[in-house]
This record gives sequence, structure tokens and C-alpha cells, in this order.
Amino acid sequence: MTTTPMLQYSGVHAHYGAIHALRGVDLNVQKGEIVTLIGANGAGKSTLMMSLFGKPAASAGKIAFQGNDITRVPTHDISRQGIALVPEGRRIFPRMTVLENLQMGSTFADPAHFDADTRRVFDMFPILEQRQLQRAGTLSGGEQQMLAIGRALMGRPQLLLLDEPSLGLAPLYIKQVFRIIRELNERDGMTILLVEQNAHHALNVAHRGYVLQHGEIVLTGTGKELLASPEVRAAYLEGSAQAHG
Amino acid sequence: MTAFIPDHSGPGMTARLKDATGVAVVSLFLGIPMIALHTVDVGGVLAVATRWPWLIAFAVTMFTGRLVLQFALDHLKINKARRERARPAVRATRPWLKWTGYAVLGFSIVLPIMCSGNRYVVDTATTVMIYVMLGWGLNVVVGLAGLLDLGYVAFYAVGAYTYGLLSTHFGWGFWETLPVAGALAAGFGILLGWPTLRLRGDYLAIVTLGFGEIVRLILVNWTDFSGGPNGIGSIPRPTFFGLPFAPAGDGPTFASFFGIEYAPEHRVIFLYYVILVLALLTNLFIARLRKLPVGIAWEAVREDEVACKALGMNVTNIKLSAFAIGAMLGGFAGVFFAARQGFISPESFVFSESATILAIVVLGGMGSQLGVVVAAILLVLLPELGRDFSEYRMLMFGAAMILIMVWRPGGLIASRAPTVRLHKEAQP
Ligand SMILES: Nc1ncnc2c1ncn2[C@@H]1O[C@H](COP(=O)(O)OP(=O)(O)O)[C@@H](O)[C@H]1O
Ligand SMILES: [Mg+2]
Repeated sequence: MTTTPMLQYSGVHAHYGAIHALRGVDLNVQKGEIVTLIGANGAGKSTLMMSLFGKPAASAGKIAFQGNDITRVPTHDISRQGIALVPEGRRIFPRMTVLENLQMGSTFADPAHFDADTRRVFDMFPILEQRQLQRAGTLSGGEQQMLAIGRALMGRPQLLLLDEPSLGLAPLYIKQVFRIIRELNERDGMTILLVEQNAHHALNVAHRGYVLQHGEIVLTGTGKELLASPEVRAAYLEGSAQAHG
Repeated sequence: MTAFIPDHSGPGMTARLKDATGVAVVSLFLGIPMIALHTVDVGGVLAVATRWPWLIAFAVTMFTGRLVLQFALDHLKINKARRERARPAVRATRPWLKWTGYAVLGFSIVLPIMCSGNRYVVDTATTVMIYVMLGWGLNVVVGLAGLLDLGYVAFYAVGAYTYGLLSTHFGWGFWETLPVAGALAAGFGILLGWPTLRLRGDYLAIVTLGFGEIVRLILVNWTDFSGGPNGIGSIPRPTFFGLPFAPAGDGPTFASFFGIEYAPEHRVIFLYYVILVLALLTNLFIARLRKLPVGIAWEAVREDEVACKALGMNVTNIKLSAFAIGAMLGGFAGVFFAARQGFISPESFVFSESATILAIVVLGGMGSQLGVVVAAILLVLLPELGRDFSEYRMLMFGAAMILIMVWRPGGLIASRAPTVRLHKEAQP
């Protein structure tokens, strides 16, 4: 590949005490791509994403963003580089209003952009506009997910990381979340790294995908290739294929 | 979107009866030695007599009491759940809360005029105001930033001793000392916070508890510096722009300057207005901060630290700023306390003070300014009112706390006004 990838993991290891959660991961995301990372529960998907933020820090290997080594950059400086995370379980601020949650997504953005950025999020998620003064904890699960995505977008990131955004959502909301992911990519050119257990939807929306197993990448290819691959079908799609008809 | 409201009327009648029967059986057993058997004086000799009807009555009372209590608690819960669900999607700031705030403010301004003849009332009101100010200061730390600080009284002590020492040794005045003491207390806050704010909940509570005790022990033991257990006396009182409150003497006094008869109440009323102004400034300051990103960030850190870090916030600095500002406000209150008492000693800065201030914050509703006022009034007045039956004071205090926590687990005033609003032109 000739261009520098937007995000590159080279031989990244990570530990939780004695637990060896990532075992030499190589992965890259090119500008303008949707890349998905699928894997069973406990495979290390969230760890891979959080190691970017140094929680836990990579114990070996290198993580580079736009060619710059960010392996040792402090957690709170990561998002300033243009990386936004929608964490697993959403982690919105439940006792604060929708608008305050959005404000917290723009801590280091130019305050002059706040109104315009909020407008953009509200146009994307009209329900948030109706609920703007409501406490975020009183939103439904799907609405909370939209708030978490909206909050991440307030920092005007170049790379958006989504950790299982469809987890625990009703089917209608799942469809909407994947539609938004595609829209963000196609319309705004947003680069997206998507962690999912919902392999069917994720591989359909992604340009490329990686399969993570016990902290190692075992398979990679385009979304279509992986969808057709017998290993992926057997491990990640059989059970859910029925659910999606 | 209408939420489905399940009609859960709590556990069924059978479960309730079972529960109440259990309580009745236990009370029967306990009641045998405590009620059923008692001693009577039979011709100078003690004899054991029985009174079974009493025991039966006791058990029946317990049975019905338990039923009623359970029913009431369930009822409260269901009503609360209903109210939560029935809340409209976009809710304006509760107007009654705002008006209550203004009413309290108006009342606090006219109070000394209404009660100018009654020194006791104004004095008590001053005490309430000190606690309001301390409560607002601690509220930044505990209510907004969610950091459990059990040693808040240390910063109060720093403020008080700063004024005590600077005024008696170097002749500093009240108003000059105020900023210095605030800065010093904030410095202590940063000193304590820097190494400890990485700690989580319980550990932070223990370290701050220790800090409060260390400061008090230093004040007790470092006699050359602080006067030890005897404290510092003859601390000058604040003057009215240089005019002392004193009987007519050599120089001009407050009374002689305004050509009025000297009365000791003047100073009491003046002190009340000083603390009122300090408290109001504190309130405005906090209200302003809460609308700034740093103030909103305090609450965000309380809600979810990991999310904050991922959003690019420097959590340590945010916590530190809350700690320093809380400490500074405590320091201001301390200066006022020293000036009002004219005498300070380590006894005023014991752990129970920290506990009282914390109770005010928790009881008032974490993060609510008006709630702190209501709770401060309650916690100062309840013991005052209880003076007549002082044996029951702690009992009343405890019962009141438990009742309030059962009735309103979120504190007296749990609602919170939104701090961010869109500018008009951004609205459609
Ligand atoms: N905070 C933690 N402390 C210790 N072990 C952890 C922690 N978080 C995750 N793990 C372990 O690391 C492994 C990978 O977890 P995770 O990255 O959360 O998986 P996934 O997101 O793919 O479900 C699991 O074995 C999990 O038990
Ligand atoms: Mg995970």
C-alpha cells in the first residue's frame, strides 16, 4: 500500500495483569473506509479499541495514527488527535441532559462551532432534538446509543470508533444504527472502525473486516469475502442467520 | 412515545401477610422476657408475674404496624415510578423552585430588620448562613464532582487560623485576609488532591478523613504556632469600612459616625449581612461556573470517568479544580467564623463538623443549591429546637435523617436545572 493508513496496529500486545488479552495484533484502517472487527465474546475486541486510549496500554508493539506513533500519548490527549470513541455500553452521562452530554463531546472543539455541530447532530437524530433538555438516563436504549454517537461526533473526529453499537437494541434501532454508519461514511467520508458481534450486519456495511479470536487476528478480507467464508459462516453467522431470516 | 406502565402493586397480599406474621412471631419471642414476664413486689419480696394479654396486644400491634409500613413504602415507590414516567419529554426548569429561591433570598434580607430586637434569632441565622456557605462549598466537591471528602473541615480551619494568626500577629483586617485565606485553603486543597485524587471513592474518603484529623492534631500540638488546645483569642472583629462597633470612645465608631445610639445588636446584624453577602457571592460564583464547560465537566466526571477520558478531558485536573474551589470557599467561611467568634480553637474543627456539612449536602440533594439551604436550616434548627428535651436530640436527629432518606432518597431537592441551552438562532 502506498498511502499511510489512517490507523495502524503493528504487533500490539496488551495485558490485564496476567491475562494476555491481545497477542500481536496487526490491523490497519485506510482513510474513508469502514473496517469491522468481529469476534466472540471475550475475544479482545474492546481491549483492542481501548488500547488505542491506553486503557490498557499496549505492552508491546506500536499504534500509529496518520503515521504518528500514539502508543504512549496520554489518554485524554488521544481524542484531540481526531479520534472519537463510542464506548461499549454507551457510557452516556445519565443524570445530565442530552444537550449537556453533547457539550461534553466538544470539550476541546472551538466553542463557536457548538451550535452548528449540535444542529448537525439534531438533523441526524431528530429524536435528540425533542429530548434536548431531558436527562439522558431517561432515554430508551436506542436513543442513548444515538446520543453516544452524536456526542462522539461533536469533536469533529476524522476516525470514529464504535464498540458494539447494536448491543441490546431492538431490531428497528439496529437497522437505524447501521444505516447511520453507512450514511456517515458515504456522505461525510468518515473513516470508521466498527466492533461488532452482529457479524451479519457488520460485514454487510463494512468494506473490510478482521476476525479476532483469543487476542489474535485469524482472518481478514473484504466484507463480502468474509460473509462468504465457511469459517465465518460456521462460527459467527449460523446462529444469527436465522434471526435475520 | 408512550411508555408502558406496568401496574405493579408490589408483592401480593399473601406475601405481605407472611412477612407481617414473621415479624409478629419474632416479637412474640422477644416479648416474653421483655413484656410478658415482669416483677412485682409481693410483701417486700420480688416475684415474677405474667401478663399474657399485654404480649398478645404487642404482637398484634407489631403485625398491623408492619403491614401498614410495608403498604406505605410500596405506595411511595409506585407513586414515584409513576411520576418519573409521566414526566414530559421537554421539561422547563421548575418555576416554583426559582420562586422559592427568590422568596428565601427576600426573607433572608429582611430577617434582621424584622427581628432586630431579638439577638438570638439573628445569631442563629448567622450560624445557618455559615453552614449554607460551607454546604455550597462542599457541594462542588461532593455533589457536583462526586468526590467523597470527609475532611472538609480542614479547609475551614485553614481559613479560620489564617485570619486568627494574621490579625493577631500582623494586624491584618478581615477583608484583606479573605483572599489570602481563600488562596491558602485552595493551595491546601491542591496539595491534598494532587496525590490522592487518583484514588477511588472509599479510599479517597479515608484519606480525606485522615487529612482532616492531621490538620486538627497539628493545631492541637503545635502550641507555638497555633496556641494548641487553648486556641487563639481576642481576634479583631470586622469593622464597617474602618468604623468599629464599640461604645463611644476616642475615635469615631459606627454609632457615633451615623449619630445613633450604640447598641451591641449593630455588630450582630452587620455580621449577618457580611455572611449573607459572602454566601450570595458564592452562589453566583458557583451558578456561573456550572454553566461553563469546567462546571459541566465536574458532573460528567462524577457520572463516568472513563467516558470523560475518552472524550479528551483531563480528569485529574477537573477533579483538582473542584477540590481547590471547594477548599477556597471553605477557607472563606473559616475567616468569617474566626471574625465572628473572636476566638478559635481546634475543638471547632472536629470530624463531626465535617459530618454535619456532608449531611447538609446529601440531605439537601446533591448538587442542589436551594436544597443545601433547606438542609442547613434543618440541621441547625433541629438541635436548637431539641434543646428542651436534650436527651432525645440525637434520637430525633437520627429519625429525621432516616425519614428523609426513605422519603426522598435523592435529597430534599433532587431536581436539577439544565445548564446548557441552545442559542435562539440555532433553534428551528
Ligand atoms: N478490566 C479487565 N480486567 C481483567 N481482565 C479483563 C478486563 N477487561 C477485559 N478482560 C479480559 O480480557 C479478555 C478480552 O476482553 P474484551 O476485550 O472485553 O473482549 P470483547 O470485547 O471481545 O468481548 C477477556 O478474557 C476478558 O475477561
Ligand atoms: Mg467488548
